[in-house]
Amino acid sequence: MILDVILFYGAAIVALASGIFVIAQRNPINSAFSLIITMCSLAVMFAMLGSGFIAVLQVVVYAGAIMVLFLFVIMLLNAKQDEGDRAGGIGRAAIVLGIILAVQAVAVVWNGSATLPTNYRDTAAVDVARGLFASPRFLYAFEATSILILSALVGAIVVARKEKAKGQ
Amino acid sequence: MPPIDTLYTSTLGAFEAAHAGFVQVALAVSAFLFVIGALGVFIRRNVITVMMCIELMLNAVNLAFIAFSRAHGTIDGQILVFFVFTVAAAEAAVGLAIVIALQRHREDLDVDSFNLLKG
Amino acid sequence: MELLLSAGNKELAIDALIAILKIAVIFNALLGLFSLMTYIERRVLAFMQFRRGPNRTGPWGILQPAADGIKLFFKEEVMPEGAHKVLFFAAPVVAIVTAYVSLAVVPYGGPLVVPGFVISALGMVLPAGFMAAAFNSAGQVTIFGRPIDIQMANLDVGVLFIFAITSLGVYGIVLAGYASNNKYALLGGLRSSAQMFSYELALGMSWVSVIMAAGSFRLTDIVATAESWNVWVWFILQFPAFVIYMIAACAEVNRTPFDLAESETELVAGFHTEYSSMKFALLQMAEYINMITVCALASNMFLGGWLSPLPGILPNSPLWFFAKMMFLLFVFIWLRATVPRFRYDQLMHFGWKRLIPAVAIWVVFFSGMTAFFGEKKSPPTTIAIANQAPAGQVSRLQVAK
Repeated sequence: MILDVILFYGAAIVALASGIFVIAQRNPINSAFSLIITMCSLAVMFAMLGSGFIAVLQVVVYAGAIMVLFLFVIMLLNAKQDEGDRAGGIGRAAIVLGIILAVQAVAVVWNGSATLPTNYRDTAAVDVARGLFASPRFLYAFEATSILILSALVGAIVVARKEKAKGQ
Repeated sequence: MPPIDTLYTSTLGAFEAAHAGFVQVALAVSAFLFVIGALGVFIRRNVITVMMCIELMLNAVNLAFIAFSRAHGTIDGQILVFFVFTVAAAEAAVGLAIVIALQRHREDLDVDSFNLLKG
Repeated sequence: MELLLSAGNKELAIDALIAILKIAVIFNALLGLFSLMTYIERRVLAFMQFRRGPNRTGPWGILQPAADGIKLFFKEEVMPEGAHKVLFFAAPVVAIVTAYVSLAVVPYGGPLVVPGFVISALGMVLPAGFMAAAFNSAGQVTIFGRPIDIQMANLDVGVLFIFAITSLGVYGIVLAGYASNNKYALLGGLRSSAQMFSYELALGMSWVSVIMAAGSFRLTDIVATAESWNVWVWFILQFPAFVIYMIAACAEVNRTPFDLAESETELVAGFHTEYSSMKFALLQMAEYINMITVCALASNMFLGGWLSPLPGILPNSPLWFFAKMMFLLFVFIWLRATVPRFRYDQLMHFGWKRLIPAVAIWVVFFSGMTAFFGEKKSPPTTIAIANQAPAGQVSRLQVAK
């Protein structure tokens, strides 16, 4: 019990801190690593909220594949550090308004979710699988995502390919 | 000075009574991360950093889905997270391919510099 | 004091104690196995190449790993000038942590059962109360009433967890290459990590037929299914997946013939060019532990783990698991001695255009066979547990309509 609480709050604090680092770091590689840490701490929070299967999938898909892709692109394109993001008054006003919005969002969500029950059991992988294939709505969406990924694959290869010199 | 045992159990008991459920804290974290991600999209000028802030927003939404799935006891939230993973992966792949094409075309990854269509 | 050890905390303390004991035993066993592996590899490679290998340090060179360890410990730690300080330090840490964490989920044996004659021998020496507390009726060791399995964490999503940690292992290499401030190290790191996540796809898909046959992601369920089929029938039916897995695992741990990025005959050492002393030792340890992990996983998923090859005659034992794992490690060393290295573009071509279609065909074929011959008749333990609500909790997990 106490261990669950410590783990959950620890993961929440790490997620918040690294989330702030994602937007605050100048070097895109540091942003990328902060994002990886955010994703892993979110995976811990998923596991504490009962869905260990989705937690592991988060690490496999997001931290293990998508962020590797980001890192490769940053390293190969040699993305430099930003030279002054939105410099001047606009930048500072944006940050102040952003903080106000963040506080408001958290307050609204906090008050609104005070009455939600939290006493359902942890879900296993079979529950997700059953739910996925129990309703035709999700079943068709599942098949459609496979076509989506195929089209994304083909699209990414075509867009990123070097154009062959054809005269002009 | 009360003995160490009662001090320990009383603080533990007070903490356990006062700490909000996991769902509430998770939703608050989700809201905060979403707003931080949105702020990042507005502030940052490097295209790849903007895309990473978009991924941060998607992760915040995933957390909200899982928290609500826990609260309502249904599996819908987790299945939707499954689909969000897939769509985010596809979007990241195509988006980064576009970034590579942009870099090759212009040698510049500043969002503000792609303004040829500006009136 | 008894309030500190109130019911919930006492359970927690006992679980923590058992976890720490298991970690201590298994972690140290793996450290020992790692150093043994370095020695065995050098000796076996040498014998396959008609030479002797290390035989000076100690009888038959058995103290060679100790000598290597002492040498690496005393070397000077060099950090290149423009290197990213935090990442240069963190890369070996990430590599070694991800290598070891996977081994927490792998079952090394079933329940920790002591043979009958040992219990009766001990029973003559030790007091009866202790014997009753330490061993339960089936001969299994119990600590404070909890039966001990030779596995640190029997996760519901065990196989996927190992896959996730393997995916995170790519970062150790990427970080090492990037943080070195060395073009060749960066390119070597990017090449190694691209190779790793290219073959991860084939690795994951080769498990699909095993998971489909077992109906569960839990490694103990997979071994239980192999036991309910015959171990040999299981091996023969999963053989193509086993071959594909071994090839993908070889590429995953950057072993010959897929070790272009870091082999000794190359001019630059790839991602670990700039590392020296203990950080280099950690990177090498991470590579060997990864190798041990994939062999342990293969022996659990495809070879039946701790099940004996003669089911009725010889008992199941963790020694079978160990023997199977050592055999697979020997196969890796054998490959290193025998097979020439792939060039990098040949490697990527093989991974994407040959191995992934092969494993996809196998998955389609196996699913067809499963659909044709019927699903597993008896559900594995996970489904049974999932249908019961733990005490005191409302079990209202509905499936979406």
